[in-house]
Amino acid sequence: MTQTKKTPSHPLDELLRLDRIPHIWCPGCGIGTAFSSCLIAMKTSGIDLQKTVMVSGIGCSGRGAGYVNLDSYHTTHGRAIPFATGMKLANPELNVIVFSGDGDLFAIGGNHFIHAARRNVDMTIICVNNFNYGMTGGQVAATTPYQAKTTTTPMGNPEPPFNLPLLAYASGATYVSRWTILHTRDLMESIEEALLKRGFSFIEVLAPCPVNYGRRNKEKALDSLKIYQERTIIKNNADPTELDIDFDRGVVLGKFVDQDRPTCTEMYDKTCRPTDLSEESKAA
Amino acid sequence: MKQVIKGNFAVSHGVKLCRVKVISAYPITPQTTIVEELSEMCASGELDAKFIKVESEHSAMAGVIGSSTAGVRSFTATSSQGLLLMHEVLHWAAGARLPIVLANVNRAVGPGWNIWADQTDSLSQRDTGLIQVYCESNQEVLDSVIMAYKLAEKVSLPVMLTYDAFFLSHTSEIVDIPEIEQVDEFLPPYNPEFRIDINNPRSFGGMIGPDYYFEERYIMHKDALKALEYYQQVCKEFEEIFGREYDICEEYRTGDAEVIVVAAGTITSVSRIAVDKFREEGKKVGLMKLRMFRPVPVERWRKVLGNVAKVVVMDRNLTAGLGGVFASEIQAALYPIENKPMVYPVIAGLGGRDVTPDDIEGIINYALSNDKPTDVPLFWGLKE
Ligand SMILES: Cc1ncc(C[n+]2csc(CCOP(=O)(O)OP(=O)(O)O)c2C)c(N)n1
Ligand code: SF4
Ligand SMILES: [Mg+2]
Repeated sequence: MTQTKKTPSHPLDELLRLDRIPHIWCPGCGIGTAFSSCLIAMKTSGIDLQKTVMVSGIGCSGRGAGYVNLDSYHTTHGRAIPFATGMKLANPELNVIVFSGDGDLFAIGGNHFIHAARRNVDMTIICVNNFNYGMTGGQVAATTPYQAKTTTTPMGNPEPPFNLPLLAYASGATYVSRWTILHTRDLMESIEEALLKRGFSFIEVLAPCPVNYGRRNKEKALDSLKIYQERTIIKNNADPTELDIDFDRGVVLGKFVDQDRPTCTEMYDKTCRPTDLSEESKAA
Repeated sequence: MKQVIKGNFAVSHGVKLCRVKVISAYPITPQTTIVEELSEMCASGELDAKFIKVESEHSAMAGVIGSSTAGVRSFTATSSQGLLLMHEVLHWAAGARLPIVLANVNRAVGPGWNIWADQTDSLSQRDTGLIQVYCESNQEVLDSVIMAYKLAEKVSLPVMLTYDAFFLSHTSEIVDIPEIEQVDEFLPPYNPEFRIDINNPRSFGGMIGPDYYFEERYIMHKDALKALEYYQQVCKEFEEIFGREYDICEEYRTGDAEVIVVAAGTITSVSRIAVDKFREEGKKVGLMKLRMFRPVPVERWRKVLGNVAKVVVMDRNLTAGLGGVFASEIQAALYPIENKPMVYPVIAGLGGRDVTPDDIEGIINYALSNDKPTDVPLFWGLKE
C-alpha cells in the first residue's frame, strides 16, 4: 500500500497566494487573525470576488494585499486610500477593501482618511491598530497610548493617541466599528456588514504586536488577549467621544455608526452627470 | 575614544557632539536606528534637545525648517521614499537659506520595494539646492556630520550627507569618537543673523515677484559655489583639531594614472582594492572619490581627470533614458577641455546588488581593452 503524503490545506487557500506563504508575521502577531477574519467575511458576504480589489499601504499589516489571491495593490506608505479612491472612481463596480496599519492610515496617511470619509467614497477600510509602527521596529505612532513605551518614547509617550472611531465619525464615515482580534466572530460579522454597506466603512481592529509593542510594555501575546477580554466592554451605539483607548479605564468595542448618505460617485454623477446626459452618452 | 559602531550610530553620535537642539524625524528602514538612538538621548537628557515625533518625512523637514528659523541647530534623517516625500520642503529649506543638516541613507526607490543600497534617492534631489556630501566609511560619516554644520552655518544652506544602506548603516567599524570639548572648539554655538525674534519682528516666506526672484536665485547660486572653497577651509580646520584629512573630492594613486575610476560611497572602497591590484601589475590605474557633489567641484574634477586617457565612472543610480547621474555630470564638466579623456559610464549595483573588487577589475579591463565604450552606459552584471 502506498501512502501519499497529504499536503496541508487551509479553508482559505483559494483566497491566498500560496507561493507567498510562509508569511512574514511573527508568532503571536494579531495581524493574521485580522486578515483571516477579513478573508472569511469576504467569502461569506457573497460579494463578487472577481470584482474585488484589496489595497494596502506599507507596514506589517500592509503585507495583506500581497497575500490575497485577488487583484491587489501594495501601495506607497500612507497612500492606500488615494490609490483605492482612484480605482473606485475609475471603475465604480469594484468592491474596494483597504487593509492597512494604524501608522500607515493615521500617521503618514491621516489626511487621506478624513477626506475619503468626507467624500463618502464607497470602500471598506480595515485598520489593524497595534499601537505602533511594527514593521520598522516599534516606534511611536499616532495611536500609541499615553505613556506607553516604544523605541522613540523610551520614557513613555507624552502625547495622547487618536480616538479613531471618533475621527471617522466626525469626518463623515457611514459605518464605524471597533473590535479586537479576540472577538473574532464579532469582527467577521462586522467586516461582512461593512463590505455590504454602501459608503465609507471603517473598522478598527485592536491587535497585539508582541515583538515590538508588547515587549516594551511588558505584554506577551496572551497577556494582550487577556486584556482584550477583561478590559473591554461591548457597547453598540456608544457616544464616539467616549471611545478613547485607555486599557486602565476600559476600552469600548462595538458598532458605533451605521447611517446612510449619498456616496462620492452618486454625488458626483448627480452634480456633474445629470441622468439624461449620462444616458445620452451611453446611447452614443 | 575609539568604538566599534554602525554607520547610523556614527550619525547620532555626531549629532550629539554638535549640540543639536531640535531633531524631527520619521522612521524608515535603514535610517530607523539613528532616530531611535537620538530619541533615547533626548528622552534621557543625555542630549539637551527636543525630538519631534512627526507623522511623515514631509512634516519632519517642515519641522526643522521651523526650528531652524527660530534660530537653533536642527537635524533630520531619512532614506529613499522618505527623502522623496520631503522634496518640496527640501527646495524650501535651501531657498530659505537654513543651515539644516540631513543624513540620508542611500536606499533604492520603489516600485518594486527594495531596501538596499542605491544612490538614486539623493541624486534625484540634486536640483533642490542642498549641498550633498557622499561618505565611504563610518568615521567619515561621523566627521561629515560635524563638518556639515560648520559649512551649513557658514554659507546658510542645508547640507545632506549620504551613505549606503546596510553596507554602512548597519555595518560596524572602528570609529574614533571625538571629545565634545574638541567639537566645541571647532563648532561654535549657532548664532544666526536672521531668526524669529520677538524684539525684532520679521516676516518670513513672503511673495517675491519677477523683479527680484531672478537675482535672489543668482545670489543663492553664488553662495552655493562659495561652499566649495569654504568646505576646503572647513576640512583644513577639522584636520588641525582632529587629525583626519578630508576634501571636496579625494584622489588615490592618480599621479601618473592613465585610467581613473570615479566612484562615490562604498563602491570607492572596493575600487581601491582593484586599483592596488592593477598597480601591482604595473598598470597605471587610479581612483577619484566623489565627496561633494553639490555644488559641483568642476575645476577640481578637470584638474584630476583632465590629463588622463580614460575615465571610468561608476554609477549606483539610474536616471532612466539617460544613464548614470555622476557620469553625465562628469562628462559635462570635462566637455570644454581639449584632448578630453574618453569617459566609460558604468551602471552597477542597483538595488543593492553586490559590487566586488572582481567586478571593478572586470570593468577596468573593459576600459583598458576598448578604445571607446561599447555601451553607453554599460550595465555591468546585467542578467540576460
Ligand atoms: C515615505 C515612507 N516613510 C517611511 C517608511 C517606512 N515605514 C514602513 S512601514 C512603516 C510604519 C508602519 O506602521 P503601521 O502602518 O502601523 O503598520 P504595522 O507594521 O504596525 O502593521 C514605516 C514608517 C516608508 N516605507 N515610506
Ligand atoms: S513586528 Fe509586530 S506587527 Fe509586525 S509581524 Fe511582528 S508582531 Fe506583527
Ligand atoms: Mg501598526
